[in-house]
Amino acid sequence: MEQGPAAAVGTAGAVGAAANAGAPAAVGAAAAGALSSGASAGYCPVPLPLSDSEQQCYSELFARCCCSSASATSSSSSSSSSSSSSSSSGHPQPPPEVGRGAPLPGPAATAGANQVGELFRASQLPAETLHQITELCGAKRVGYFGLTQFYVALKLIAAAQSGLPVRVESIKCELPLPRFMALKNDSEIRYSNPVEFHGMKCQIPYVTMEKNSFKRVDDGEKQDTMSPTMSPISSPPSSPSNYQRVPLTYGYGKLRSGMDQIHAAPYEARQLALQQEGPTSGSHGPKPTRRQTSLIRSLSVEREPQESNSNYPDDPWRITEEQREYYINQFKSLQPDLSSFISGSLAKNFFTKSKLTIPELSYIWELSDVDCDGALTLPEFCAAFHLIVARKNGYPLPESLPQTLQPDYLQSAFLKPKRDCALFDSYSESMSVNQQPRDLNRIEKTSLKEKVDLTAPAQDVNIDDKPALKISSMDEAMPKDVSVDTAAKPGLLPPPPALPPRPFVSQVLHHNTSNDSVSQPKPPGQLPSYSDFRLLEQTDQVSEIELHPQLTRTPSQTEESGSPVKKDLPPSKPIRRKLRPENQIMENQEPPSSVSGPSTVPIVKPHAPVQKQSSKQKKAIQTAIRKNKEANAVLARLNSELQQQLKEVHQERIALENQLEQLRPVTVL
Amino acid sequence: MAVCIAVIAKENYPLYIRSIPAEHELKFHYTVHTSLDVVDEKVSAMGKALVDQRELYLGLLYPTEDYKVYGYVTNSKVKFVMVVDSSNTALRDNEIRSMFRKLHNSYTDVMCNPFYNPGDRIHSRAFDNMVTSMMVQGC
Repeated sequence: MEQGPAAAVGTAGAVGAAANAGAPAAVGAAAAGALSSGASAGYCPVPLPLSDSEQQCYSELFARCCCSSASATSSSSSSSSSSSSSSSSGHPQPPPEVGRGAPLPGPAATAGANQVGELFRASQLPAETLHQITELCGAKRVGYFGLTQFYVALKLIAAAQSGLPVRVESIKCELPLPRFMALKNDSEIRYSNPVEFHGMKCQIPYVTMEKNSFKRVDDGEKQDTMSPTMSPISSPPSSPSNYQRVPLTYGYGKLRSGMDQIHAAPYEARQLALQQEGPTSGSHGPKPTRRQTSLIRSLSVEREPQESNSNYPDDPWRITEEQREYYINQFKSLQPDLSSFISGSLAKNFFTKSKLTIPELSYIWELSDVDCDGALTLPEFCAAFHLIVARKNGYPLPESLPQTLQPDYLQSAFLKPKRDCALFDSYSESMSVNQQPRDLNRIEKTSLKEKVDLTAPAQDVNIDDKPALKISSMDEAMPKDVSVDTAAKPGLLPPPPALPPRPFVSQVLHHNTSNDSVSQPKPPGQLPSYSDFRLLEQTDQVSEIELHPQLTRTPSQTEESGSPVKKDLPPSKPIRRKLRPENQIMENQEPPSSVSGPSTVPIVKPHAPVQKQSSKQKKAIQTAIRKNKEANAVLARLNSELQQQLKEVHQERIALENQLEQLRPVTVL
Repeated sequence: MAVCIAVIAKENYPLYIRSIPAEHELKFHYTVHTSLDVVDEKVSAMGKALVDQRELYLGLLYPTEDYKVYGYVTNSKVKFVMVVDSSNTALRDNEIRSMFRKLHNSYTDVMCNPFYNPGDRIHSRAFDNMVTSMMVQGC
């Protein structure tokens, strides 16, 4: 590939080879010479029947490409824009990406490689296809896009766009004109590249399903595009465009060597040279390079599959980091405790929203629920979600769970990012010692959640209030401690556990029934200090009591069940207490079902004047404010969820009333 | 080798029925259907509250010259009926029991799938595979 635009340019009468690269210049010279011979159909591998419209269209396109390349090299560094006829195609641009394997600096009377590249990209065919097309049209062989090569390539593009395989035979039949996105001037093209790229990505699933070799390459993009369809996460689609240049040159190098032995070396050299030129040529450099690299990336994926931190998998069954984050977030929305399970019914409702058919969902469940327990752990959930995403993208479901989706594989992959969850895990583990056996998994889940939430505020409370409390405890005589303790303890027994689960009625019911058993293990875990104990109870009740009675009310309305203990709670409307330093807490304290509640207040009040450290109070106030804000947020969320539930119940009621109306005349008879 | 395996729901309609030699499929369907009477008879004969593993397995329901029919009922009154070729040197009782146990486990796994509504036909591929392995190898 010594042909450069330069010579060709000269031949075309345009400015001399300004090309940035020496190589292109040399190439140009050779190209010029080859032009005359190349232009003739000598190198065309097949006779090319062209209809009139095709002839016209093709020649127009060819002219466009030629002219642009002609003047391109002259003002190589200039950004401009102008229309393709006069435009400079920003020559520093590396030739069209690898995917096309375009021979590059297609010189002049032959279509400019850049223009050709852009044109081909505008056809919105996948890179692999374009690569095949360029191979077939013979441009690779001769090293440039002569007239015949160009025409053949256009025909092949038309064939590919019609869904025919890219073969020499397919161009023999009558084909529609190839479709190209509007060829804007260069700058527009550059800016629109991400759009094109995405356009390509979207087309990929439909165009290349049959092309297995491409499947693997696609995934990276596909999975990125698909995650937005499932969720509002917007970052993934843009990430491909922002790939690093450096690792990609590496990847590109590897890719080239892997793919095209014949042209590998020259292409590589040119590619690297041009890429290096990119930065030197100013603003144009980065953009086209980015575009190129983003497209290269997709192909380099195949060559860099083993990196565990790679964002782009080499097979459709590997979960990328972004997807994993997304799945984990979704899991959290269903089940805050990451080490616990999602029940079958919950998962069913969630996955049904994906609009896949029930048999398919059933099959996906079968694949992903490895231990067949009717519940999904985090790895199982991610595997199931990933299969759903893949299925929605058109991938056929595998016969058996791929190795990269196995729970143990995912589990080990998850362990690293789960450091932050370790805290909760350890708490849940410690707390769950007394938990019921596994088949009461739902109860367990809610209890674990409660534990987690309990211990979290407990920690904060303990840390912040201990200094203040210590004073009070020091000042208190033993009997007071004892009385406080005894007063607090019974208050703790009925206190509602931590944040109630998402307002699914069934879960809430379990939550209710498990409440008593759950509360038993709680006191032992919180014995560090009696005064902390009291505070903890108060803070819990701040956040939980409000939630709990509301929840119990709803299910009790709809289900008419619920333990009697809970029925006691609704009548005593929770008092919205702020977590202030002890003096305020005492005033507001009113554990609902605690008989001795009121007794704690007078006992505690005398201690109020004791704490006078203002700084400590300020700190305590700030933490209290923070906690209240959190509690408020939680309550607001819960409120909205309950509103939704209420709406649903209303609708059910309306439906039932309608039914009743319809039945009534019958019964009257 | 089992030549026909059927899973019958509580209301006596088939949830899953599959037989190996295709040409006799109708015959096996009929056999299974008639064997349901025997199953009911055995179940009502037991009648007591306690049901343990032994009573889940009903044993040989009835033999014919070509084959034998074994039955198994679960606690939810779902019946498994297996038709075994007699020419096959008689499979021991234990083997039949183990086959039923595997069937029951697979059935439980199918039940665990939240997308499966009890009373639907069973389309699970895992269940199919398990049944195929049983029909081919017999164990």
